[in-house]
Amino acid sequence: MTDITHLPPETGPSLDLRARDIAVAGQWKLFWLKFKKHRIALVSLVVISCMYLIAIFADFIAPFDPNATNARFTYAPPQGISLMLDGSFRPHVSQLKMTLNTESMRREFAPDPQKPVSVGFFVPSNPYNLLGFIPMQTKLFGLTDPKVGDSLYLFGADRLGRDIFSRVVHGAQISLSIGLVGVFLSLILGVTIGGISGFFGGWTDVVIQRFIELLRSIPTIPLWMGLAAAIPVGWPPLRTYFVITLIVSLIGWTSLAREVRGKFLSMRNEDFVTAARLDGMSEIGIIFNHLVPSFMSHIIATLTLAIPSMILAETALSFLGIGLQPPIISWGVLLQEAQNIRAVSQAPWLLFTPAAAIVISVLSLNFLGDGLRDAADPYEALT
Amino acid sequence: MLRFLAKRLVFAIPTLFAVSIIAFIIIQLPPGDYLTTLLADWASQGGAVEEGTVAAMRERYGLDQPVYIQYYKWIAGILMHGDFGISFELGKPVTELIWGRLGFSLLLSLLTLCFVWAVAIPIGILSAVRQYSISDYSATFLAFFFLAVPDFLMALSAMYLMSAWFGQSVGGLFSAEYVDASWSFGRLVDFAGHVWLPVIVIGLGSLAALVRIMRANLLDELSKPYVTTARAKGMSEFELLIRYPVRLALNPLISTLGWILPAVISGEIIVSVVMSLPTTGPLLLRALLAQDMYLAGSLILLISVLTIIGTLISDILLALTDPRIRLQ
Repeated sequence: MTDITHLPPETGPSLDLRARDIAVAGQWKLFWLKFKKHRIALVSLVVISCMYLIAIFADFIAPFDPNATNARFTYAPPQGISLMLDGSFRPHVSQLKMTLNTESMRREFAPDPQKPVSVGFFVPSNPYNLLGFIPMQTKLFGLTDPKVGDSLYLFGADRLGRDIFSRVVHGAQISLSIGLVGVFLSLILGVTIGGISGFFGGWTDVVIQRFIELLRSIPTIPLWMGLAAAIPVGWPPLRTYFVITLIVSLIGWTSLAREVRGKFLSMRNEDFVTAARLDGMSEIGIIFNHLVPSFMSHIIATLTLAIPSMILAETALSFLGIGLQPPIISWGVLLQEAQNIRAVSQAPWLLFTPAAAIVISVLSLNFLGDGLRDAADPYEALT
Repeated sequence: MLRFLAKRLVFAIPTLFAVSIIAFIIIQLPPGDYLTTLLADWASQGGAVEEGTVAAMRERYGLDQPVYIQYYKWIAGILMHGDFGISFELGKPVTELIWGRLGFSLLLSLLTLCFVWAVAIPIGILSAVRQYSISDYSATFLAFFFLAVPDFLMALSAMYLMSAWFGQSVGGLFSAEYVDASWSFGRLVDFAGHVWLPVIVIGLGSLAALVRIMRANLLDELSKPYVTTARAKGMSEFELLIRYPVRLALNPLISTLGWILPAVISGEIIVSVVMSLPTTGPLLLRALLAQDMYLAGSLILLISVLTIIGTLISDILLALTDPRIRLQ
């Protein structure tokens, strides 16, 4: 403050160049520069991208059919992969030896190190269609030479001897996509209704805002439960899926609508909007050419933060048995198996593997959304 | 203040009306009317149904008439006679079934709110005052973690850990001998011994959110000039903190009650299902699964009404503590 003489830059040409770059950078470039500095958000972006990739290529990544049962291995524990065998690199798991505990009348499994079962990449499998149309006969990894009694349960098996790893990977398809589809529905609803509310103002605005407040003041779980329970049991899985998505996005759009409305209100009388209007641009043109791009980054951040709540909602409903039903596989449906605390204490992996998938995806989406929101904030200077 | 109060109350009326319509829509959603279901049920049990009974019930609920008359009969029954209809599955009036459970729901939610506030404020203050310290980082990390764990997973994990580590089975709000006993000191102790786990499980998510808000609010206040002034005048750090910035940072926290309350009630319902607590949660789920719609609709209506009343109270509290709001 005290020093008002303009000193020549002492820091050398490189920083000067960067500052000039920043001065002329477009908003997306600035956005990316700011986002890059948020380490955790960057890591989360990588994690969540991997999870969506796993979901897309689930058929290829899951070593087994998620619905294939195996009575021999009910509640088999997770098997760890060992990399070395006899001093050379040969990934393998130990065969599981089953004994019947006569006291508790339960099957108990113990790995038998004498009987290694080799595991490899790109193993042949039954033919399947990747993404529904690419015929394939290879899985990413699996048993290289499966024999009777061999098994590969990375995350353990459930009460029917189904492979939980394959089920979690397939469940990602439904659980993660519900977030995306739901957010897309929220986007349409939120931008339309919020835009109308902010642009027209007056009575329209009051009515819409009251309605949003009403929706937000009702506890979500009972409302969702009431709506989801009305879905007839006999409906085809795809229709149930879409209705559940619709129910879940019923609440999500309200926060977006508020955000959009606030932006519209504050920008309606900005100089650049007046300039465009004086130039004879139509209102619709102003909205889509000037207003929407100027808060697009905010919308993306809000949307990212809305995905996790939808994932959680689907999981909760399916867990209660009024959302998605088997044979659909979602993380919530997998957790139905963990409803019984006795089953969980016998086979904790029933609970903790789908739970870990949920927590990791929600956590990384939250961090990602946080980073995006900070990056979208124009008042936080880029240093 | 009175004007503010009156305005708030007037605004609450359309909200309550809208909530009752939503509850009624949920009642109407399943195909067919309940009477048909009920008759099929009775018939399958071999009981003959008198024509007169059926006609009387049709008349009572207006099942032959248009939807708006059905709605009117339903809501008028509730408002004028406190009659919520009949639970067809359990064969009892809804009122007999819900009040006790609603009481426990309310109690559990209030306890959770107290727990959340009592813990979130000190942690938030600590986190802000010692910004970027180990305790701040751990509080932040834990807050993000608990925000990512859904309530029912937390409940399941807590039950699993209790049984795996302590060999205790968790569930219910009372031990077997106290379930039907009347209130006594022993029952109260037993209740306290059971209730703490659900309270923590329900509260952790909201607790995490509140810690974040408290921290951000206080950080905003701490950098303001009046803090520097007070410090320059030689006020002790602790007294300064409690008397000025914390007081200001608490105000926005009160306004969060409006969404913390619905979150806590939602959490209470789903956690109660998992831990089989005698609250509205398990009853609502059961009613929905059996399509016992008068019971389900009444529960949803009452839960929502309670939430709206809670939000109203939080608005009034906010106006009491912050004069700027009531003067608007």
